[in-house]
Amino acid sequence: MVVHARFAAIKGIKLHEWIIRFVAGGAICVIAGLIANACGPELGGLFLAFPAIFPAGASLVEAHEKQHKARIGYDGTVRGRQIAALDAFGAAMGCVGLAGFALFFWLWSPRASSFLTLVLATLIWLNLAVGCWMLRRKMIPGHKTSHRVDAH
Amino acid sequence: MQHLPELLARFLIGGAFVCFFSALAEVFRPKSFAGLFGGAPSIALATLALTIAEKGKTYASIEAHFMICGAIAFCCYAMTACWILRRHKPPALTTTLALLPIWFAVSFALWSAAR
Repeated sequence: MVVHARFAAIKGIKLHEWIIRFVAGGAICVIAGLIANACGPELGGLFLAFPAIFPAGASLVEAHEKQHKARIGYDGTVRGRQIAALDAFGAAMGCVGLAGFALFFWLWSPRASSFLTLVLATLIWLNLAVGCWMLRRKMIPGHKTSHRVDAH
Repeated sequence: MQHLPELLARFLIGGAFVCFFSALAEVFRPKSFAGLFGGAPSIALATLALTIAEKGKTYASIEAHFMICGAIAFCCYAMTACWILRRHKPPALTTTLALLPIWFAVSFALWSAAR
């Protein structure tokens, strides 16, 4: 399946789902700052990669799929969990990019413009994450199972 | 103790970045691709930008160094969640919350080895 964007999907996000994500994201930023202040940047740095909204995101993915199937008269419980598994796999690929982001920022930030470093690090995250995702689809024969789940 | 306006700025900027990447995750299909945004540097972008402004590049660079440990731990955690969800199909929220100790265990093990 080719990657595509469906901007209308944003309208399907309910207000309470936006609030959950906003509060979880904001809270972990505050907590990371407080930990860095209290225990130093070594420990604070760990929490920059804390899976703050991953549990909420995975459960929302499951719920959306379940609702989608319920609308056409099916029980989407198992399918919702399969989709949540795919979401988790994608997140793991994204984490490879996240490690690349951190590595680049660590090495480059002391000697380059902060804005440029953040932009380049984000591009490195995107390239590594998308690269891993494409590699997995090409190299691992088992991807066809997830392809079938994705396609519906 | 940090000042309240600084904490508020962290909260608002962090929340905004997380919502932005969540919106991207909703927009893209297939779902395995959208999942990439679950591992986006949303917290890191917000926090590092503010840290540079408040404490300088060297401090932010040390945070990024140890963020690598957190990212590796996140990868292990997400892979485990994927495997369990795919194999046993338990509820996603229960699974992802119950597996959070994996992130703590891996990240603190790497952190203690790296420092």
